[in-house]
Order: sequence, then C-alpha cells, then structure tokens
Amino acid sequence: MTIQFNEETFRDDYTFKNSDWAIQRFPFPFHEDSYMYSVNMERHRGGPEGSIYEKRFDVDEHYVAEMRDRAMVLADDPLRCQSLPHMTLAGWDLLELIMVSKSEDYPDLFELHRDGDQWRWVNKPLGIDDTFTFLDETTLPYGPMEYITRQAQGDYCMLDQRDDNLWMDAGTVTTQADWSLDFDIGMNFFEWHAPVPLAHEKGIFVRALKFLLNIQQGAPARRLNWTMTVNPLLDTSPENYHRWGVQKTTLTPENIGQKQHLRVELQTFFRLPRSNALVFPIRCYLCNFDDMMTMPKWGRRLHRVIRDLPEELATYKGFIDNRPMMLEYLSKFDDGLPTSPGIWPEKESEPPLQT
Amino acid sequence: MSGAEKIDVTVTEIVPVNELVTRFKFERTDGGLLPTFSGGAHTVVEMKDGEITRLNPYSLMSDPMDQNAYTISVRRDDEGRGGSLFMHKNVAVGDKMVISYPVNLFSLDLRAKKHLFLAGGIGITPFLSQIKQCERLGGAWELHYACRNEALGSYVAELTSKHPYEANVYYDDQKQAIALEGLLNGQPIGTHVYVCGPKGMINWVRATAEKLGWPLEAVHYEEFLAPQPGKPFEVKLSVSNKVIQVGEDESLLEAMERSGVDAPYLCRGGACGQCETRVIDYSGNFIHRDHWLEDDEHASGEKIMPCVSRFEGKTLVLDR
Repeated sequence: MTIQFNEETFRDDYTFKNSDWAIQRFPFPFHEDSYMYSVNMERHRGGPEGSIYEKRFDVDEHYVAEMRDRAMVLADDPLRCQSLPHMTLAGWDLLELIMVSKSEDYPDLFELHRDGDQWRWVNKPLGIDDTFTFLDETTLPYGPMEYITRQAQGDYCMLDQRDDNLWMDAGTVTTQADWSLDFDIGMNFFEWHAPVPLAHEKGIFVRALKFLLNIQQGAPARRLNWTMTVNPLLDTSPENYHRWGVQKTTLTPENIGQKQHLRVELQTFFRLPRSNALVFPIRCYLCNFDDMMTMPKWGRRLHRVIRDLPEELATYKGFIDNRPMMLEYLSKFDDGLPTSPGIWPEKESEPPLQT
Repeated sequence: MSGAEKIDVTVTEIVPVNELVTRFKFERTDGGLLPTFSGGAHTVVEMKDGEITRLNPYSLMSDPMDQNAYTISVRRDDEGRGGSLFMHKNVAVGDKMVISYPVNLFSLDLRAKKHLFLAGGIGITPFLSQIKQCERLGGAWELHYACRNEALGSYVAELTSKHPYEANVYYDDQKQAIALEGLLNGQPIGTHVYVCGPKGMINWVRATAEKLGWPLEAVHYEEFLAPQPGKPFEVKLSVSNKVIQVGEDESLLEAMERSGVDAPYLCRGGACGQCETRVIDYSGNFIHRDHWLEDDEHASGEKIMPCVSRFEGKTLVLDR
C-alpha cells in the first residue's frame, strides 16, 4: 500500500486528523477495563498486518507533517537534540538500524545502497538523496543520530549501558509527554524516573531495569504507555509548558470530543551492535475522543479506565482537573456491556452501543 | 525460549594456534552476513555431544565490523567437563553448528580517554576484538599480556608486529611480570582498565587498583567460569512439579534443560544474572561459584545461579 501523507499541522490551527485507516490501527493501550503500571513488555517481532506493530519502525500518514514539526522545534530550541561525545558510535548504530529497517520494510519509500563504507540513502517522502561515508561524520550535514532522527517519527533516547545501569547520554526529543532531554541528559535510569508516582513502591523500575539491561542484539522488545493531551500537540515539553499547559483550560463539553486526545506511546527497545548501547524509540500516536468512540469497545473501556484510575496517576498524567468533564462525555459511550479482552477494536464482533 | 537469538553457521576453518589453543571460524550457513558486534562480546556455541547438548560461551576475537565470519579461540581443558575437548576433538571443517547472537558483558566504556588492557593466557581473546574496534574508531589503548611461555603465547607474534608500541608481553617462565602498581600509577586521568584472565589475576588487578584509589567504575573485568563437576544431587522444581537428578558432570542448569524445563540463561558462566533462581526450601550446603550474587545473598540461602553453582545435602526446592 502506498501511504497518502497528510497535509496537516500540530500547532496553531491544528489541522491534524486521522483517516479511517489510522483510527483502525490506533494503538489503544488498554487490554482490560482497568489500568495499573506493569512492565508490560513483549518481543518486538512483527504483528498483525497493517498494525503499528508490523514493521520495526512504523511509517504512517503523519510522517511528512511530523518531520516538518520536528524541524521547527529544533530550529527554535537546538537543545532538544543532544549527544554526549562518547555516543557518536551509538548514533551510527541507530542510523544503520533505521536505514536498513526502513529500506527493507518500505522499499517503495526508502532505498539504501551500500558499497563498503560508501552509502547512498534515498528518502522519497522527504525528497532526500544523500551519499556519505559510514562512520565519517564530516560527510553528513548533521551528526548521525540527528541526521536520521530528523527522518524518523517518534523520539529517540540513546542509553549507554555501564555499571549495571542505563544512562540517558543522547537523544532527539521533540514529541514528549512533558519531560526534558536537556534536564535528564547524563542521568541514570533511576534518576530520570524519580518523578513517577507509585511505580517505585511497586518495584517496577528495578524489574524494568533488569529486563532492559538484558535486551540482546536481534531481540528487540516493546510496550505501550499513554497519557492525555488537549489539542493534537506533538511538542508537550516542559520547555514550552507556558504555551500548551494553558490550553488544558479551554476544554468545554461542546469541544471535548474534538480537542481531547488520548496520547499513546509505542516504546521499543533495541540493543545496538557496535556501541552496545540501547536505543529507546518513543513513538507518539494521537487520537481524539470522537474518533475513538467510533469503536464501541474502546468507548466502553476508556470510560471505565478513566473513571477508576487512581488519583495519583490522573494527577501525574496531567488531567485530574478535566477528569469530570471527560467522564461526562465518556459515560454516554458506556452501556455497561462486557468488553472482549485485548487491545484490538474487534469492530466486527463487538456489539454496537445500546441506547 | 531462553538465551539469545540463534544463528546457523558452518565451520569454515580450524587452525591450531599452539599446543593448547585452537581457533575456529564460523560463517553463516545460508551465506548471509553475520551481525556486527562490539568488542568484548561473546557467543554461546551449542555442541551436540551424544545425548548431551553443551552450551559454552566463547569471546569473539574477530574484527567486530567483519560480517563475513566470526572467530573464537578455544583452550583445551583436560580437567573440565568436556566442552573444550569436544571442540578440539569432534568438530571438523564443514560441520554445521548453532551459535548465539553476540552478547556483551565486557564492553568498552566509550567515555574512556584511554583503554588499558590486562590479559592473562586465553584471557587475551576479548581484547583481540576490542583492539580491532579501537584501531577502527581511533581509541587510545595499551595491552599488557602475561603468558606462561613463548610456545603458549597465543597471538603474540601478530600483536607485537602490528602494534609494537601498544602490545607488551610477559613470560612467566622468564620471570617476567606486569609491574602493576607503576603501570596503574602512570596512567593519564580518564583511563579505564580491563582485565581478563585467571581468577588470581583479576583479584590482584582489582585489589591493586582499589588500593591506588582508582574509581570502581573505571575497573572492568570478565571471567567466565566453566561449571565444575561435583557430587550428584537431587532437586525438586516446584513450578514444573518435577524431581530431577543433577549428574556429576553436568550443571544444575543443564540438568533442568535435560528434563525439559525451559530455564532462562544467557552467559552460562556465572556473570550475567539471567538464570538467577529463587530457593524455596533447602537442607544442606550451597556451593556458590557465580560472580553475580553478593556475598550476603550467597549466605542467605535464598538464591542460586544454576549455571555454575551446585548443592550438597538432603533437600533443595527451587522456584522453577
């Protein structure tokens, strides 16, 4: 299938929209009618055809617009992309991983031609055709990590592994759920997770770190995470909180279905071969409430999850003030019928909303 | 499935290096390229030895950027349980084998201003790939390599001819020894030291570095333990509801695998922590041999690393 790339924005006039195809494949993150933290990891080794799990790095209709938005963020704030000096090799690892994966998974969109260290990279959607020398930074317009992450949806955290810990030593982070690379750079796994409530007490991070340290070459892993965002904003960073935080107060019962988005992160983890670092891509998918309610199962379940979520989590995820208005909207889509297990919408078999 | 991803390979070259050490070259059986890796990585080689499947880790010594072939060097251990003997006696050019994807528990700290490598005997192998990585990427390094004698000095000629300024060799039988204190004291700030060799050498380097005030994070070591033979013992596995016998020449992990229990593992040498298993009940003594658990954990009787550790006594019940 050839992807039709949307002409859309994630700021100002917010023309972002999901096609029917994008709604169907939206990674709804709740596999049951309630939610609590867990180390919900599974192997990242393909998935149902057309789903966001199928390819190593998913490319969808938002690709070109997202890359344009990233370029704007980086132009305004170059510190969104940083790489400590020892992470350059990991940057080349990432460049290779993405170029090889995308050219194999989307041959109609991307091409990689290698002759020893002489590489030619063709990115048709973005109109790029570059020739460079692998491992020679002077032959690229940016460092290897910045070069390739300007052409790949999602944020990228590059974690150095040493002393039985992971260290946030490089990354490109422009579509984040309210955290800052510039603040976290150089921190270890426990330091950068310090603000998360409840999970420490449950021992989640000790177990998660152990799992991540053991991720091996050839065996990537994935999980979903989620939060809420008012307006389809990619850049919900602490640096720009003064611009987007106030938008949370613009919700009304009339506009909530269009303005309130569930923000889902597909988090994947790959061991990088030459550097032995770990790359942690965080891909953001947005879907507004109205679009999500076209799937009866998601309507029923989202209402129950948001209603029963512990207060600490609703506060941490930044929607405690808007929760009553959300529930007022969502309750209309919950008729009390049971839901089938798993995240898939099951539109064929799930009963329509009973009114 | 336990362990790292697997690769089907063919043995394409076997070269005796000296009386004890033989080098093996593996290429992908399907003709494709092998994954690149980082210097210091190892692969786990599967050996079908009659009824027994042996899984032994060996450091990759080839150029990490060379995707055409991997090479390993195996030192014959006449006293061991037979893995190295199997490689020396039963493996021939053209044989099909299964190896794991590279796993690195001994990687370079890329922040280091300089890498100081200290090798003892067959402990030279991880440094061979690390040296190639440093040469390719421009990292400063220096090697001090202690061998028993000239005849057993694996790869000495290659190292000293290619790297006359960086490679320093010491022969025990000529009463040569690494002048460790002076060597460590003379390093520029930002140097990391790496040691691979016999247990005594690792302890000596770690203790000396500590005494001289080196930061713990700048001292790296790797010692793969081969599981040692021992008295047979019986184990009850509570999750799989089985009672198994661990034979004299097999490890607890191997006995579990033989009984059809899919126990997690990675390095099989007591270093990675992946096979850590909870003890539910016991009456007897543990013979802990791993590097993974802390001393107080060894003493607690609550955990065991079944890849290298054993048990002597009446009852052992594991959460597996």
